[in-house]
Amino acid sequence: MSAFWALVGRDLRLALRQGADAVMVLMFFVIVVTLFPLGVGPEPGVLERISSGIVWVAALLAAMLSLDRLFQADYDDGSLDLIVMTPAPLELVVLAKCLAHWLTTGLPILIVSPLLGVLMNMRPDAFWVLLAGMALGTPVLSLVGAVGAALVLGSRRAGVLVALLVLPLTIPILIFGVGAVEAAVGGYGARPHLLLLGAVLLFALPLCPWATAAALRQSTT
Amino acid sequence: MHRFANPARFMRIAERLLPWVSGATGLTLIAGLYFGLFASPADYQQGETVRIMYVHVPAAWMALFIYTTMAVASVSYIVWKHPLADVAAQAAAPIGAGFTAMALITGSLWGQPMWGTWWVWDARLTSVLILFFLYLGYMALVNAFDDPERGSRAGAILALVGFINVPIIKFSVDWWNTLHQPASVVKMDGPAIDNSMLIPLLLMALGFKLYFLVVLVIRMRGELTARRVRALRLVEADV
Repeated sequence: MSAFWALVGRDLRLALRQGADAVMVLMFFVIVVTLFPLGVGPEPGVLERISSGIVWVAALLAAMLSLDRLFQADYDDGSLDLIVMTPAPLELVVLAKCLAHWLTTGLPILIVSPLLGVLMNMRPDAFWVLLAGMALGTPVLSLVGAVGAALVLGSRRAGVLVALLVLPLTIPILIFGVGAVEAAVGGYGARPHLLLLGAVLLFALPLCPWATAAALRQSTT
Repeated sequence: MHRFANPARFMRIAERLLPWVSGATGLTLIAGLYFGLFASPADYQQGETVRIMYVHVPAAWMALFIYTTMAVASVSYIVWKHPLADVAAQAAAPIGAGFTAMALITGSLWGQPMWGTWWVWDARLTSVLILFFLYLGYMALVNAFDDPERGSRAGAILALVGFINVPIIKFSVDWWNTLHQPASVVKMDGPAIDNSMLIPLLLMALGFKLYFLVVLVIRMRGELTARRVRALRLVEADV
């Protein structure tokens, strides 16, 4: 377990000292959302209607953009080989990597999203549902993204490829995350959608590190 | 089972069976098309468009069947490192993508007169579209590495991860309230369609399956030969 926290600490320190990377992902998230009012017109009714979808899609894209930070740098400088060789189970190592990745991308996105909700005219009573959905959904993005990021290590055009592989697998998150907000706005309970998101998270939590570890083993040997 | 994993032995047996299977494919497809297009009645609601079903349903079955085949092949490639399993999975992917595209297109052609729209975003259609993307992603990943071995191993893991989508597609019509009708052939209390329509449907399904076998063997033969050429070139370069 000490290896787990040591790795989380290392990745967090690295992310903080190269703070520009994490901030860039956040900037991308904000800019993508900002494009929509300019693209579809600033009518409050239209913006309110599409706000949850836009915020979620932008969060998905921002998460894709940040995936190369997960393993690529460690793969390039060779430290990934050493990390894979540690006595700690590789699945646990992957989980630590995912936790650090979520703390540096998922969490900032989650914190900024209500602010973007304001910009997009989202109804204030939907903010909590949006936050709850993001809290359950963004960790899944890190977990599923880790599988893709590990698979494309050493490939050509890894950045485009990882989005191609991971985006189809994240569609359930988008559907239930947006569904929760729509249900809250429409006056139905958001609970079933949030429960489904939670189920996806519980499903991804053991399975994704397992697949990621298998992918890392084959890429480092 | 492992006895047939030897590529040379596999190819010998496949060569011998190929003409017979090809002939059977042609006969079943011709019979299926005859029964489907001429010898079966039009539907009382759907009219003549029901005949699209004889292509659409078997193609959709094949889309799922081929992905399952790829997943099984990927497991045996990861566990036993059978090179033949990897060749089979890679050879099957484009065929599966083709059948998936066929299911989507024929479904769209059927949906326009029947539902009044080419496309709806319901659970069945969306999950099959995701399956199509998974096929494309698999093919892109396998070919993205300079070392073909790396591509094979990464592809095998991706095929297994994507397998989660197959049960979702199968049960999407039961779990969600969809425009797409629920299963009517494989049911606990027997098929819910008349024999005059079931026969062409099953004939076409059999024909598609045999067609898959024929194309799979041809593609595998090509891939095995290509690998042999690559190995010979490497030996030549070493000397």
